[in-house]
Amino acid sequence: MAVNLKELSKKEELLASGHSLCSGCAAPIVVRQVLKAVEGKPIITNSTGCLEVATSIYPFTAWRTPWIHTAFENAAANASGIAAMLKVYEKRGELKERPHVIAFSGDGGTFDIGFQALSGAFERGHNYLHVLYDNEAYMNTGIQRSGGTPHGAWTTTSQTGKAVPGKQEWKKPIARIMVEHNAPYVATVSPAYWQDLITKVRKGLAVDGPAFIHAIAPCPRGWRTPSNESVELARLAVQTCIFPLWECENGDYKLSAPSMPYVKRPERKKPIIDYLKAQGRFRHLFRPERPEIIERIQKHVDKEWGIILKRAGLT
Amino acid sequence: MSVTQKVEGLNGDEAVAYAVKQCNVDLVAAYPITPQTIIVEKLSEYVSNGEVDLEFVTVESEHSAMSACIGAAAVGGRIFTATASAGLALMHEMNYVAASHRLPIVMAVCNRALSGPINIHVDHSDSMGERDSSWLQIFSENPQEVYDNMIQAYRIAEDSSVQLPCMVLLDGFVVSHTMQDVAVLSDEVVNEFVGRRKLPFINIMGKSVPYKLDVENPLTMGPLALYDYYFEHKRQQEEAMKNAKDVIVKMNDEFARLTGRKIGDGLIQPHRMEDADMALICLGSTAGTTRTVVNELRRKGVRVGLVKVRSFRPFPAREIIDAVKGVKAVGVLDRSGAYGAVGGPLFNEIRSTLYDCDERPFVVDYIYGLGGRDMHPTLIKEVYDDLERIVKSGTVKQTLKFVGVR
Repeated sequence: MAVNLKELSKKEELLASGHSLCSGCAAPIVVRQVLKAVEGKPIITNSTGCLEVATSIYPFTAWRTPWIHTAFENAAANASGIAAMLKVYEKRGELKERPHVIAFSGDGGTFDIGFQALSGAFERGHNYLHVLYDNEAYMNTGIQRSGGTPHGAWTTTSQTGKAVPGKQEWKKPIARIMVEHNAPYVATVSPAYWQDLITKVRKGLAVDGPAFIHAIAPCPRGWRTPSNESVELARLAVQTCIFPLWECENGDYKLSAPSMPYVKRPERKKPIIDYLKAQGRFRHLFRPERPEIIERIQKHVDKEWGIILKRAGLT
Repeated sequence: MSVTQKVEGLNGDEAVAYAVKQCNVDLVAAYPITPQTIIVEKLSEYVSNGEVDLEFVTVESEHSAMSACIGAAAVGGRIFTATASAGLALMHEMNYVAASHRLPIVMAVCNRALSGPINIHVDHSDSMGERDSSWLQIFSENPQEVYDNMIQAYRIAEDSSVQLPCMVLLDGFVVSHTMQDVAVLSDEVVNEFVGRRKLPFINIMGKSVPYKLDVENPLTMGPLALYDYYFEHKRQQEEAMKNAKDVIVKMNDEFARLTGRKIGDGLIQPHRMEDADMALICLGSTAGTTRTVVNELRRKGVRVGLVKVRSFRPFPAREIIDAVKGVKAVGVLDRSGAYGAVGGPLFNEIRSTLYDCDERPFVVDYIYGLGGRDMHPTLIKEVYDDLERIVKSGTVKQTLKFVGVR
């Protein structure tokens, strides 16, 4: 099905306005795009995190679709139970149509504390879509570093002092790790490229088994960026190739259209310094300028980009 | 007139699995954490042989087991899981969530000691860690009671006035691995007794909808509730616990009409308490050994009695006060420690309860059997002797004692 803006605009918003996520937060943009891609209403399980606390403050709810929250580390396990029970109903012929099951987790609930449950659910092959909205730190609890925080970034637990300039470790390649679970569908998405995002969500929902979508979700509060630049940053992440867009169906990697220009014309790939300069969390790399760190990050970006190109058969 | 039953040789684990097979359970999610019980292995065998039609989810941890159970129960399923010891401790976070989501999941817990040192044998330290989680806790003395408690558990947990999860507890090895003749009902009789899970209806913006995740009637479950609403949610759980007391009593009677078997009034089971001067109060399999000792001492003319607590949550305070009326000294047998506390968890409940007696008896805590240390009849007799000395001397020098420890 073609992704048609006119058609999409007619579909009911399943995440209502009036939630209390920060202005400029990319998480609800990602969620609304994901929900636009779904036919009908999905059952959602949501890890503890920004999205959860800001959309379900009792006695109100922003969700116009069945939604459950139970804990931080277990959205995948919770989704397993939901999906398995729906299978029971389906087997008994008690369902007109099996609803889709979607788990939303932040980077903490995916890269770190939620990883065991995620890995288990994918090994067992439950039929659900896991969406990671990655704002690259524990934003809900006050900007602490996670396994998804990029190298060099300031957080409240990777401070920028004389001895240590921000986070010293590299970001975990979570989407590739999920591919190695033999997942039938894995993709990376950016809310700046909504057509690509919606197409991928539809593919993920269509497969029989677990699918994983990794969305970059800029956070003005934690990234120290103006609230009107989140979508631009989500675009810049793709343009600098620090967050290439790709998909992998049954082990076959394919680079996605928004990332293609940088293969055909590598000179169009923007330098990582543009991305770093735009964010307050990397400010310490410029006062005074720390070219050795910036260069180190650039090299890492190039290396990771090379891995994707190689897997997509483009080198 | 009770229905026809057949006798099967079952250990406690098998009695659980046998009951689950008959209770129209939709889904089981479980994990074989050390120490594993054979409950889920037996269930897996039933599933493989096509003897039961349920979805069996073999998760990667006990935390995920309870998380999956919560998800499946939230879409309306009747759910079972089993665990023990460290597994129950790993579930701790999710146990509170299951209860606050008001999901009537049933879980068999083979009581086993918590690490460390690591140990696989019986004591009650694991389930005592969950005593404030708002799960019902029904203790079983032997495999027969395990079977009977399991079948009643779904009716109690799913009662519209309760809607709380329920643990059925059985002592590790002593009950879980010990075979007994167990009178079992036919599948049809149990199917009819437990029926299918009936969902409660709740009012959402003027519309009555079933309490489940349902695309027809979207609900938000597990929202954030801060100081303005959290307290009210928790207060309702206390009400449900209170209601559960009546339901447990009612179910005990209904089950007795069906099978001819009854465990006291459902909450406690007193033995030779009519004119007792000294009484012991305990949980689980130790009640069986204690009963034997009571009978022996009674033959010698010693006025001793026993109160077995079947329902630890909800706690039957009023019933215990009535049962120990006239008793001069009460000994509490605690199979778990409470380091730095006044006494073990059962003792603290009992002594607090007995504060409301018109004539308060002496109350002494006897910690016993940690890590599976045997509670031999001679040790129980020593405890009764100790109580007799207290009654004779009219003083208690020490309220916390340890039995059978070097």
